[in-house]
Amino acid sequence: MKIIILGAGRVGESVAESLVSEQNDITVIDQDPARLRLLEEKLDLRGVVGNGIQPSVLQEAGARDADMVIACAAADEANLVTCKVAHDVFNVPSTIARLRSPEFVEGDELLGKNGFSVDHVICPEESVTRYIHQLISYPEALQVLKFADGRASLIAMRAAHGGALVGHTIGEFRERFPHAQMRVVALYRLDTEMEATKSTRILAGDEVFVLADTDKIRYVLGAIHNIDKPVQRLMIAGGGKVGLRLARSLVGQCEVKIIERDKTRCEYLASQLPSNMLILHGDGADEDLLLEENVGQMDLFLALTSDDEDNIMSAMLAKRLGAGRVMSLINRRAYADMMQGSTIDIAISPAQTVIGELLTHLRRGDVAAVHSLRRGAAEALEGIARGDVKTSKLVGRKVEEVKLPQGTRIGAIVRGEGRSSVVLMPHHDTVIEADDHIIIFIPNKRLVREVEKLFQVTATFFG
Amino acid sequence: MPFLRIFPVLGAIVMVFALTMLVPLGVSAWTHDGAEAAYPLAMLVTFAVGLLMRSAVWRVGRHLDLQARDGILLVGMVWTLLPLFASLPLLLHFSGTASPMSFTDAYFESMSGLTTTGSTVLVGLDALPASINLWRCFLQWLGGMGILVLAVAILPMLGVGGSQLFRAEATGPMKDAKLTPRITETAKGLWSVYSLLSLACVLGYWLAGMPALDAWIHMFSTLSLGGLSSHDSSFGFFQSPAMEWVAIVFMLLASCNFALYFVALTKRNPARIWRDAEWRGSMALLVGSGVFIGGLLLYKGTMSDPLDTLRVALFNVVSIGSTTGYSTVDYTTWPVFAPLFMIMLSGIATSAGSTGAGIKMARLVILFKQAKREMSRIVHPRAVNPVTLGGHLIDSSTIFSVLGFMLVYGGTIIGLTMLLLLTDMPFDTAFTAVVASVNNMGPGLNEVGPAGNFAGLTDFQTWVCTAAMLLGRLEMLSFLVLFTPGFWRK
Repeated sequence: MKIIILGAGRVGESVAESLVSEQNDITVIDQDPARLRLLEEKLDLRGVVGNGIQPSVLQEAGARDADMVIACAAADEANLVTCKVAHDVFNVPSTIARLRSPEFVEGDELLGKNGFSVDHVICPEESVTRYIHQLISYPEALQVLKFADGRASLIAMRAAHGGALVGHTIGEFRERFPHAQMRVVALYRLDTEMEATKSTRILAGDEVFVLADTDKIRYVLGAIHNIDKPVQRLMIAGGGKVGLRLARSLVGQCEVKIIERDKTRCEYLASQLPSNMLILHGDGADEDLLLEENVGQMDLFLALTSDDEDNIMSAMLAKRLGAGRVMSLINRRAYADMMQGSTIDIAISPAQTVIGELLTHLRRGDVAAVHSLRRGAAEALEGIARGDVKTSKLVGRKVEEVKLPQGTRIGAIVRGEGRSSVVLMPHHDTVIEADDHIIIFIPNKRLVREVEKLFQVTATFFG
Repeated sequence: MPFLRIFPVLGAIVMVFALTMLVPLGVSAWTHDGAEAAYPLAMLVTFAVGLLMRSAVWRVGRHLDLQARDGILLVGMVWTLLPLFASLPLLLHFSGTASPMSFTDAYFESMSGLTTTGSTVLVGLDALPASINLWRCFLQWLGGMGILVLAVAILPMLGVGGSQLFRAEATGPMKDAKLTPRITETAKGLWSVYSLLSLACVLGYWLAGMPALDAWIHMFSTLSLGGLSSHDSSFGFFQSPAMEWVAIVFMLLASCNFALYFVALTKRNPARIWRDAEWRGSMALLVGSGVFIGGLLLYKGTMSDPLDTLRVALFNVVSIGSTTGYSTVDYTTWPVFAPLFMIMLSGIATSAGSTGAGIKMARLVILFKQAKREMSRIVHPRAVNPVTLGGHLIDSSTIFSVLGFMLVYGGTIIGLTMLLLLTDMPFDTAFTAVVASVNNMGPGLNEVGPAGNFAGLTDFQTWVCTAAMLLGRLEMLSFLVLFTPGFWRK
């Protein structure tokens, strides 16, 4: 696939990094030659210096036979125009724009074929906000991902003393809760993957990935982790775009205090949020301010500024001053890996959260969703089995007959549409039916391609 | 071992190189030229060594990303090791004859082949087995577009590391002009263009009446601007104006950046070639010089028939200027200006990204514009007039690297000439031998001129010339850096 990416910023870089492979020809357009040179040295792609809204630059980047344009420059207007030019002048079949402003909605006339010709909208701020919101709703989880219109969920959590099943094997798990629609799909101990078989024992400190019916999430969480009380008091350091969006989504749900360094921004926040949310003018890493505002009583502390170092420092400080749980936005992958699970409970990498959404648009065939796990190391993929016994590699076969790549596992099957759908935890003899949503855990990114092939329907002319 | 991780790639390249020996082996078996015995053993040894190196993969793993430093080391190793393996068939073949070849000479001959220099220590080329001549010229063809570029094109294991290798072997001042998103595609594209032109060249020679085997042999050394031949009297053997015209055209074509052809082909826009400043520079200089020397010969009365003079002058000037090194006449008997002028031309006339060597036209244009800028600065101290090439801004780090290159280029020539003078070689022989070797051109003047060859050199002198060829092909800096302690420090 030939892909043009506009913008070599943070988002552009992560997008390029996750897409670069033997199958994809990637060209990145940016105005900064130094930035492009760095990227060219690190990844096997081509950089074109110039302004992406100009047809000549797009042409130089090979827009004439590109399959997709992903515009993720910093400015919305640049992304909109690039998509328009790519579609109208070069007939690029698929366009994706990163749009920060919430006023542009996918499917709107303005973004349609007669408007800016944007097929899909990605918004990192929105994805991060949604991601954090999930974590607030399920305070025990490290990561919560929804599949099949939210019917099934994949939950990552750290096993802790006090969880009903910690110290027991996965087999005992099933015996004890025979009706629970849940399955342990993966287990990481000290950052290495363990085989999740019946006899594997879950120990405190393990990172456990569980697939479950969304209705049963609470129940699952309780089994592995002692139940935390829901988040009541919350402090946010950094009232930027993510901070504001998150605060808005939490109206009426919990008590929120926001610390923001910029006075004018504080006033703006105060005007946008209900008056029971407290806006504080100050530094998120100011010990006195944190103490004064009772950081020790907070259930959750979130560091959401755009600066990694500031976030790490204020989150660590908050933890030391007694905050229940701390989370921090960390852009740099190396920092995120280093901090996750140490003093900071959850390191959120904004780029990874948006990549999952992006990949969904990119996958061909009947792949409905792909999500990155463990900050990009593993993936979970949801695909829809189409066709019939003859044309599909899945339909009409028992789970044990499906040829899966080494290490990948079928986690759950969602059968039926809408309200009448059921979440099945497949056994080796469960037969896959047409239009089943199948959720597969993939421990290694490289295998994604092979799994995708399973969902492709082979065209048979003589069958 | 810190550099262990380059071995899997190195091993793979050596193994691929072993397979290329199938070409002379096939020719030998087909023509029964008496050299059949030399190749299988050479191939076996090369392949085995490659396999041994490849086995390092068990230690370092299959997926590796080469760093810039690994790339440089790998390029250095490839270019010193492959001539060694390439010399095996020569050593094996000549060990069975009345005049065995020394290791020094065999290594020189294969280095001269791979670096597309075209100097030879062999006499009696016409009597050699066809496959030996073919092997010498085939080496030039392989080295012309670049062995590592070929490796990047066909070995799947080089990901990002590929661009490091590509950059270390590519010639010219701007090394990071990727033509396609993936480096493999760029390498494949360049080799396809090269192969297409090669086929056209064979066809041209064949239509001009050259025997088929000779057509292939001479195509190899024409397209690579190498200049080895299967005849002692070089291209003069054929005495055919038609073949000379074909050769002139293809030598000119090969003096240009192959990337230009690739872009022109993929964008279906031949005008892009014409718009390139460097292309116009190379063409104008080579053709202009040929016409100028022709005029000089007529004026001095060396030759009389205008059309003949034009052809002879063009052929020899383009051949020497483009660093090919064919000759049809002994041009050292021409007015003294001509041969020296031609040798100087060989340093500057070819384009970056061509199969030639030397300073390259791009560097010359940059230097020229920089000099002009300095002059205008004297008059207008506050003027802003950056150096541009084809509408692109050349940043000052590139200009500095060009200046640095010039310094090392000059230093190399002076240093190596001095080394040869130490051995009591006459000055003109020593100087032109070094210049001809560094520019990968071939014949110099006097003893090493078109009428003589490098056979009369002592072992030491031969090694100096071998080093000069290698330095010239890798553009000095990326090879010399291997001898700095900083490179090896962890």
